[in-house]
Amino acid sequence: MNQKEWPLWEVFIRSKQGLDHKHVGSLHAADAEMAVQNARDVYTRRMEGVSIWVVESKHIHASNPDEAASFFEPANDKVYRHPTFYEVPAEIKNM
Amino acid sequence: MMHNTENTHHLQEPHFNTPLQDYAPEVRQLVLDYTLQLADTSFILGHRLSEWCGHGPILEQDLAISNIALDLIGETRSLYQYAAELEGKGRTEDDLAYLRDAVEYKNPLLVEQPNGDFADTILRQFIFDTFHYFFLQQLQHSSDLRLAAIAAKSLKEASYHIKWSSEWVIRLGDGTEESKRRMEKAVDNLWPFSGEFFQITETEKRLLEQGIIPDYAPIKQQWDEHVTKVFDEATLTVPQNVWMQKGGKEGRHTEHLGYVLAELQYLQRAYPGLEW
Repeated sequence: MNQKEWPLWEVFIRSKQGLDHKHVGSLHAADAEMAVQNARDVYTRRMEGVSIWVVESKHIHASNPDEAASFFEPANDKVYRHPTFYEVPAEIKNM
Repeated sequence: MMHNTENTHHLQEPHFNTPLQDYAPEVRQLVLDYTLQLADTSFILGHRLSEWCGHGPILEQDLAISNIALDLIGETRSLYQYAAELEGKGRTEDDLAYLRDAVEYKNPLLVEQPNGDFADTILRQFIFDTFHYFFLQQLQHSSDLRLAAIAAKSLKEASYHIKWSSEWVIRLGDGTEESKRRMEKAVDNLWPFSGEFFQITETEKRLLEQGIIPDYAPIKQQWDEHVTKVFDEATLTVPQNVWMQKGGKEGRHTEHLGYVLAELQYLQRAYPGLEW
């Protein structure tokens, strides 16, 4: 408890049974338990959620924006990776 | 969509439609007095907590305290509405909140004590939340159906409050040298106000005989157990043989209540009936 600043946490909320947890924002807390309580107080005041995940921000490893070209652009000209060349039978509604 | 949800949530009239029970006039008066006592308690503490709004130590706790304040004000409204119905003289929840004098307020002295520092606020909350939580657990089985319904609704909120303030007592008590020193000072300041919840008034005695309110003795035992457990974890000492203040539940208040009411009631007193 010697740190003056509490670490940063990322908050994920699931809005309904069966849906995914979605990133909603971040907050400061001294530990995981306080982070969940703070998330409840900050992000679920308007009935947004039924479940909360928190993870300390330092544990999230992100892709490097400088590498965006080599990471993502090669996918641009590979339309054949999209399953758009199949005939969908008329009986199938929600695709 | 989001802000609409919130607006309707707060403006929504509480849905307690239980019809008034058929009480003899003197019993009805007792239930009315007691309902006002419960309402005053939540009202004054809710107001005290609202004073933190915008001044919390960090944003997350500022919101946490404001949430608890709103929970208590919500409970307050249900209770004042019930009191207004019981009284049956055309007064509204607002009249009861804004147009009564300090001697008519029956809240225990603890809840009118000033916010002090964060440790004082946390300890005041912890003392109250622990009582409130175990008390509501019993009150939800009251033979008075409206009080039982209000208690059952508030219990969900109180379950979170006791968790929140217990956590903070432990963090501050077992935290840094300074936080511990401040918690110990808060215990010295506020402990004499912790006993009044369990000191039974004449009104309470008669309601207990009627089986309308729960016996405080088992609640006191649960309160002692929880406080001891949390204080142990917080490396704080439970004070022994402290002389307990009382009087609030009979309308004898500390000087602080007058200031609270002055701020709360100013607008309605200066401009009666004003709406905005």
